[in-house]
Amino acid sequence: MKRRTMSVGLAALALSACDEAPGEVQRGPNPNLPEPRRGLLPVMTIPRPAGWGNDLPVVPQGYTIQAIATDLRIPRQTLILPNGDILVAEGSGGHAPPLRPKDFIAGFIKKLGRSSVAGGNRLTLLRDANGDGIYETRGIFASGLDAPYGLALVNGGIHVANQNALVRFDYVDGQTEAAGPPRTITRLPSAINHHWTKALTASPDGRFLYVGIGSNSNITERGMDAEVDRAMVWEIDAQTGAHRPYATGLRNPTALTIHPDTGQLWAVVNERDEIGPDLVPDYLTSVREGGFYGWPYSYWGQNVDIRAQPQDPEKVASAIVPDFSLGAHVAALGVAFSTPAMGASFAEGVFVGQHGSWNRTPPSGYRVIFVPFRNGRPAGDPIDFVSGFLNAEGNARGRPVGVTVDPRGALIVADDLTNTIWRVTATSPRLAASPSG
Amino acid sequence: MVAITNTGLVARPLHPLQAILLAFPFPLFLGALLSDLAYTASFHVQWANFSSWLIAGGLFFGAFALLWAFVDLFRVAVPRRTRQAVYFLALLVMWGLGFVNALVHAKDAWASMPEGLYLSAGTALLACIAAWMGYSRCKLGEAA
Repeated sequence: MKRRTMSVGLAALALSACDEAPGEVQRGPNPNLPEPRRGLLPVMTIPRPAGWGNDLPVVPQGYTIQAIATDLRIPRQTLILPNGDILVAEGSGGHAPPLRPKDFIAGFIKKLGRSSVAGGNRLTLLRDANGDGIYETRGIFASGLDAPYGLALVNGGIHVANQNALVRFDYVDGQTEAAGPPRTITRLPSAINHHWTKALTASPDGRFLYVGIGSNSNITERGMDAEVDRAMVWEIDAQTGAHRPYATGLRNPTALTIHPDTGQLWAVVNERDEIGPDLVPDYLTSVREGGFYGWPYSYWGQNVDIRAQPQDPEKVASAIVPDFSLGAHVAALGVAFSTPAMGASFAEGVFVGQHGSWNRTPPSGYRVIFVPFRNGRPAGDPIDFVSGFLNAEGNARGRPVGVTVDPRGALIVADDLTNTIWRVTATSPRLAASPSG
Repeated sequence: MVAITNTGLVARPLHPLQAILLAFPFPLFLGALLSDLAYTASFHVQWANFSSWLIAGGLFFGAFALLWAFVDLFRVAVPRRTRQAVYFLALLVMWGLGFVNALVHAKDAWASMPEGLYLSAGTALLACIAAWMGYSRCKLGEAA
């Protein structure tokens, strides 16, 4: 049988390959951090696209999952509008030129794990008019955008974080198409755009918008000049577009959200690669105003990364330890707080979409997890909420990105490998008992 | 002076194409060494990028020079075979070391140092030895 998983981690060449402990990634508030190491070749295990066939992602007992939209053009993040419509941001960004021989080779290999569809650069609107869970109407809300990613509805406007600008469409309830081109609130740093995804959320009072801006490299290999205004969260005045760094040293803050009770800003952040299968854990953290979270000088607090030179001991000393490890290389790209409508077991906590690893054997991520919360803080072990994204052969049937909680009791998951939007709902006891259920 | 071996065979100089191929590795690998030195002195990552490409270039042309040297192992007269074998070996080790160096230089930012610098120095030295040996085959006044 043809092995479709691409593995480059030759024991003969990679000095330290093949001795990583198999099994689960380190999760929780105190992950075990091994010594950094890397063989001559980075471990690259790219699960190849396999498709779903007749299978569905796996959800907990008492829940069902169905695809509510397929054949999209690289869906990333979603937004639930007040009338229940779902807005989907579709696109692919980044224009980082290959700089070294390595970039050509690694770029080719990573591409094998992605959808070949071109990004839509648009917002698709899905509508379920009668509330039966089937989104029978589908239309283009807006097109001609530039790799739209983060979405937020606040102050009567749909805000879209393109890869190069934060823009706003005026919105009235029930609208299915934007009235015109959007208004630019502010430009966003977009030179090179190695990490191009611009995460977005709004403060509860609508006064500020928060945009996550990823670093322009793994670990400064494009030079420090490329990192001006990168690896940080901006706080942007929703009216004037005036902005300032809200928190820094966050390598790639790929999704932002506000805790519904405390009003605290939370983020999932993707950490650096190529120093081992269990380094560095991607994390979920509350984002402190003015806080520095380590990148590039250190990780998980004061663990110095010697690859960033010249070093900065003062910055290292000030680095904040993140709240909760999600595991190394899981590539968390979605975050959404739950609501009691999701069912008693998943009422309080946060869903995290994990796109999945390339720099690890065995692969990590490729699932949506639920991290229980109590009193506004993570409390307890994560639970798989949507899984089965890797099949028995280690190939990828799908890759989850953005997650959004529908206040009526559904989790919406964007899958950018199969270009599908998934919807997970609690099965009512009556439906579960019926023969057709 | 006529270069005649003790068996009476004329030592043939390098073929011009082989000479051109052999002209690449030493300056390219030396350039990589100098770039590495500049990177260690300045921490400016562009020097590391230069090194990566210089090493790739040295490997590209070095591969053809190596291949030619290998074929010549079987083409040269028996008494010259030892010298040819040493020349081939110098190119082979240079290429092997250069390849490892390319992988080391593929590490991000400062992760390539200091190993990359040492490997660049070793590769440049071997390239110099190989070029010296290769070109010292060319004798003036050759007669048929």
